[in-house]
Amino acid sequence: MEVILQNLTKRYPNRNKKIHEDIIAVNDFTFEIPDGKLIGLLGPSGCGKSTTLNLISGLQKPTSGKIFFGKDDVTGLPPESRGIGLVFQNYALYPHLTVKQNILFPLENLKGKDKLSKAEMQKKAAKAAKLVQIQELMDRKPGELSGGQQQRVAIARALVKMPKVLLLDEPLSNLDARLRLQTREEIRRIQRETGITTIFVTHDQEEAMSISDMIVVMNAGVVMQTGNPQEVYDNPANLFVARFLGTPPVNVFHGTVKNQSLYIGEEAVMKLMPDSVSKPVQNSPEASGGVSVHKASRISDGTEVYVAVRPEGFIPDENGPLTCRLSGVEVMGRDISVVSANSASLAPKIRSIISTEHKVNPADPFVRFSLRPGKVFLFDKETQERIRFQALEL
Amino acid sequence: MKHTNFNHIKGWLYLLPALLFLAAFMVYPLIDVFIYSFEEGYNSASQTYFGVGAYNYSYVLHDPYFLQAVKNTFILVVITVPLSTAIALLISVGLNSIKPLRELFQTIYFLPYVTNTLAVGLVFMILFKKTAYSDGFINLIIRWFGGNSVDFIDGPYWAKMFVLCFYTIWVVMPFKILILTSALSSVNPDYYSAAKVDGTSRFRTFMRITLPMISPMIFYLVITGFIGAFKAYSDVVALFGTDLNAAEMNTIVGYVYDMLYGDSGGYPSYAAAAAILLFAIVLTITCINLLASSKKGH
Repeated sequence: MEVILQNLTKRYPNRNKKIHEDIIAVNDFTFEIPDGKLIGLLGPSGCGKSTTLNLISGLQKPTSGKIFFGKDDVTGLPPESRGIGLVFQNYALYPHLTVKQNILFPLENLKGKDKLSKAEMQKKAAKAAKLVQIQELMDRKPGELSGGQQQRVAIARALVKMPKVLLLDEPLSNLDARLRLQTREEIRRIQRETGITTIFVTHDQEEAMSISDMIVVMNAGVVMQTGNPQEVYDNPANLFVARFLGTPPVNVFHGTVKNQSLYIGEEAVMKLMPDSVSKPVQNSPEASGGVSVHKASRISDGTEVYVAVRPEGFIPDENGPLTCRLSGVEVMGRDISVVSANSASLAPKIRSIISTEHKVNPADPFVRFSLRPGKVFLFDKETQERIRFQALEL
Repeated sequence: MKHTNFNHIKGWLYLLPALLFLAAFMVYPLIDVFIYSFEEGYNSASQTYFGVGAYNYSYVLHDPYFLQAVKNTFILVVITVPLSTAIALLISVGLNSIKPLRELFQTIYFLPYVTNTLAVGLVFMILFKKTAYSDGFINLIIRWFGGNSVDFIDGPYWAKMFVLCFYTIWVVMPFKILILTSALSSVNPDYYSAAKVDGTSRFRTFMRITLPMISPMIFYLVITGFIGAFKAYSDVVALFGTDLNAAEMNTIVGYVYDMLYGDSGGYPSYAAAAAILLFAIVLTITCINLLASSKKGH
């Protein structure tokens, strides 16, 4: 079942009664979630991603906008009539019921023509339990289960009615690091096996990138960018998205575009193709692809920009154009992490990941880098929107 | 080893004041009462007694006043504990589901708790008592609806029992509402959201989720309610005065009191026997309650 969100907006009255302006949790959210995909709603805390999930589930009503499941307008429907399964962040398993009773609970609510016989219920519960592999835990109480097992029970309970849409609210946040890796693969597997359109909310970009078919990056109630994870990572629409995705995060510098070169501080780090630098004229929210539909205008010589460089965009090079003070080298086995500093950098530390083929002497006072053009992004200083450019191949 | 020993001693040392206090004011009197109850014809002034045996118990158990007191107490317990808990639960659920004025209502419902028992008794007297000048407010209402006025304070047994039960329920309600509203509001709202997503009806949500979640608090209230109702005395005095035997409204505690101080000098042995009997009854009922709750609770 595809889920279509049209201009979805949710306002709350401000708690602080002196401020009459409403708080806008979700602002004009328009997005189409294709059928049978796993979607990650991603953003920092307070960005409105959980509110969006609650709006889709029906637990909250939107201030304006519409929600469609397929062709059906479900905006006015209560949660139970929408055909959704919801997994809560804290699982919300009923502590006084056994695992089996928990899974049976949604089925026992069915009335009228949907009513099931005892045997059918048992069969469905057993099927859901098998799907998440908790068959042997059926007679335990939730309190006797580990966090990961509780998570599985919660998913089984949400799946037992075979919902059209499965919603997961921060599904991995209560698990330890190892279990998190395992569980996210589980979620991927369960989603593949059932083919149910699944939307999950997370603040962990790694989690979202690793298993989603598509991610939606949100900030302050506004959709920043949508797309498949690699695309969004390789092509961030604005500085927020560039900074939010990736560990370690991008390194941001103050830079200038002049003389057909890109300068970081006083150093010309990259030659640019003549007339290739352009910035978007407008980037309306309807451009939900984020990057595809804006017109471009040239920018003038001497324009100041933000230069964001991915950690993997640095190549140690004795004759490289960018000079940084070396403050440490961390060997991580698979690769090397170089920590350095530059006066043009926004953060006090620049963290770069380089392959083990390169050698950096930790005793050197300076390290010089050349940059991979594909890992360098320019952003407008005012709007923080992406500025496109093409590097001149040397 | 030496260290742990020292820690043990230190622990006991910290407990010593409380232990001494408990021993002097709880354990010693309890044992003493137990001994008195077997000493026949004990005289507290001369500290003498005739013999040792179960005669005190036999006397008390054959005393029609004691049997009346036991009957009254049991009726009071059986009616007020379930009723007050059920009504308190209803009111708490109601309070929990309204948003505007909730605090005001909570305050109103809590007022009886901070009001003096005797003052409340007086008010109930005014409401229910029939005097030469007036029939009392309740009778006024009864007559409005075409009924015959009843003397609730000096009249038939059932009328007096009704006032007593009504009064007891009214007095114990606030504490129960306080406990139950806080128990209800401590239930994680996610459970209700989960139930809502699953299309659970409100009644089923209440029966299958809310009740089990707050059942420990309900059991607590039932147990303390039983104990409290078995110990009823001051409420009865507030309503019917001190001559409770004549009013047929005596309770077990009232009987103990009468035996201690009644008839100038009193019969401490009988009082002790009655007190031990009450203790046995309360202990039995509480054990049954605890057994039931440990089987049913989660």
